[in-house]
Amino acid sequence: MITLGKAINMGLRRALTEDPKVLVMGEDVGKLGGVFRVTENLQTEFGEDRIIDTPLAESGILGTAIGLALRGYRPVCEIQFDGFVYPAFDQITSQLAKMHSRSLGTLKLPVVVRIPYGGGIGAVEHHSESNETYFAHTAGLRVVTCSNPNDAYWMMQQAIQSDDPVIFFEPKRRYWDKAEIDEAAPSLGLHETRTVQEGNDLTLISYGPTVRTAIEVAAVCAKEGRSVEVMDLRTLSPLDLAPVFESAQKTGRVVILHEAPTFLGLGAEIASQITEECFYSLDAPVLRVGGFNVPYPPARLEEHYLPDLDRTLDAIDRAFAF
Amino acid sequence: MSELQLVQILSPEGELLTDPEYPLDISTEEIRALYRDLVMVRRFDVEATALQRQGELGLWAQSLGQEAAQVGSGRALIPGDYAFPTYREHGVAWAKGVPPEKLLGMYRGINHGGWNPHDNDFHLYTLVIGSQTLHATGYAMGIQRDKSNNAVIAYFGDGATSQGDVNEAFTFASVYHAPVVFFCQNNQWAISQPIESQTKVALYKRAAGFGFPGVRVDGNDVLAVLAVTRVALARARAGEGPTLIEAFTYRMGAHTTSDDPSRYRLAQELEEWKLKDPIARVKSYLTRSGLANEDFFADIEKEAEAMASKLRGDIIDAEDPYVEAIFDYVYAEPHPILEAEKNAYINYLESFAEGDKE
Repeated sequence: MITLGKAINMGLRRALTEDPKVLVMGEDVGKLGGVFRVTENLQTEFGEDRIIDTPLAESGILGTAIGLALRGYRPVCEIQFDGFVYPAFDQITSQLAKMHSRSLGTLKLPVVVRIPYGGGIGAVEHHSESNETYFAHTAGLRVVTCSNPNDAYWMMQQAIQSDDPVIFFEPKRRYWDKAEIDEAAPSLGLHETRTVQEGNDLTLISYGPTVRTAIEVAAVCAKEGRSVEVMDLRTLSPLDLAPVFESAQKTGRVVILHEAPTFLGLGAEIASQITEECFYSLDAPVLRVGGFNVPYPPARLEEHYLPDLDRTLDAIDRAFAF
Repeated sequence: MSELQLVQILSPEGELLTDPEYPLDISTEEIRALYRDLVMVRRFDVEATALQRQGELGLWAQSLGQEAAQVGSGRALIPGDYAFPTYREHGVAWAKGVPPEKLLGMYRGINHGGWNPHDNDFHLYTLVIGSQTLHATGYAMGIQRDKSNNAVIAYFGDGATSQGDVNEAFTFASVYHAPVVFFCQNNQWAISQPIESQTKVALYKRAAGFGFPGVRVDGNDVLAVLAVTRVALARARAGEGPTLIEAFTYRMGAHTTSDDPSRYRLAQELEEWKLKDPIARVKSYLTRSGLANEDFFADIEKEAEAMASKLRGDIIDAEDPYVEAIFDYVYAEPHPILEAEKNAYINYLESFAEGDKE
């Protein structure tokens, strides 16, 4: 059994071994192995030129990663916490995302930006945000997130192999979740949605840290006689919604669960697309369960902010009331 | 050095000086070639400005007055040295061999940058102030890892020195000894804001705080700029890290063709800088020293006119981009959603064409 954090470490290690152009860079990623130890021991094995401890400047990390990519390298940047990505926002959205397009396809920017995200670890301000929408809203970026160790291992390698920039969201409160990983071959491509478990009465869509919550919700529903299909999006941009539409047409009821604020969150886009594609199959409006539209609260209040089992069950009850 | 602590090799009067710290090994033929560069770049800029006034370009950022800073530094580069420009480095582009008409594409609205940067080791123009200094530093870190003998030059202006990215680039380059030269053209104005609103110290002195040398050069002296840039590049190649060059110059034109400098600066200031013109002093030197005659100057004028005329034809004849281009280069790898969006829009457009036939 491997933890999700260790699985990312193993994925990075394999990518570094297979391609000498792969670099890891960020604050404290070398000697310390990152504040979550995701890059542990990599510097010992691959040296300071490839596992680069950077000055404390996020825009600097992203800006120099772009330059390294232009020179033919494949940098994997670590942003230490979700709330610290904003100083790099211009480099990511105006430079990294647009340079391929600006150059009419002549420049490639194979940069991965790793962001440990989400709450639930009792942290101080700026350490618990789910800011994936900003990046999913930016053309030129690909945005993915993993929910389990096997995906973490393979998706990291697939993200590094991509010739496009990939924002890789890591569900930090699940870093210590354990599962087996299959080192032989990936089960899915980077941009594919997974049906975690099948069901007939309602489709519950989630991604990242709340996939585990969704699985727990489905178990409770099963006891109540409701068969819930659980889907793990995995890819937030581009979205892979064909399996979601198929599921919605089968069940007629859809609830979307994520930690990010619901206002203009991924759930809003998904609900809109389901309505367009599955209008005549729906027995209830697509409902969303997510963070409130407030700044992430202090740790002692975060249990109220985070969408949990009970709030999701409540939404499911409402879906069945139509 | 003058009272401004300015490295100068050719005085505004065209008098050849020497600077023991920056000896310049240069032939007459090379000086004549630099003169040609300066004239060609100015003529190019004049033509582009005219094209904007006639509605052929949406905007133009003039390089007028900054030719020596750009040509001198650009000609110090050797093949494989990579340049990261702002949006005004037409003279560096010229020195790097970028076809002049390519620089006009983005100002005409045909594209956001119409040349392949790897063709001439000249990156695309960057509009977000200072961003490219980090790209240059990262590229230099790559050169370091490749154990290559090349160096990088990052261009930016006086206003950009207030940006966080520029200061982060100084930090990264310094701690990693990255082979990059930071070339700041202090043209005294950031749109309407004078240099005093950006800094309390001379810009070249900022380098000391980051732990690398800074030097101020007469940015209107093509020979001094060439000499100083060569020394900085040699330092970079030798693994001694970055140098900050402050090229002290003047924006003779407006910020862009949308700007009106009469609202914020005195005409007198422009008149004073005209006496320090970067081209006039080379011409004086060549004439006075008997190194060029009237035919030489006339031939270059003729060549410049021909270039301007070709430029005009090239840009007016330039094809507008095809509609699909909006979608075609967003991602390097296949993207089914974008593909579907593109196809839907093309079908939508074609539905009108079918309507026309009926």
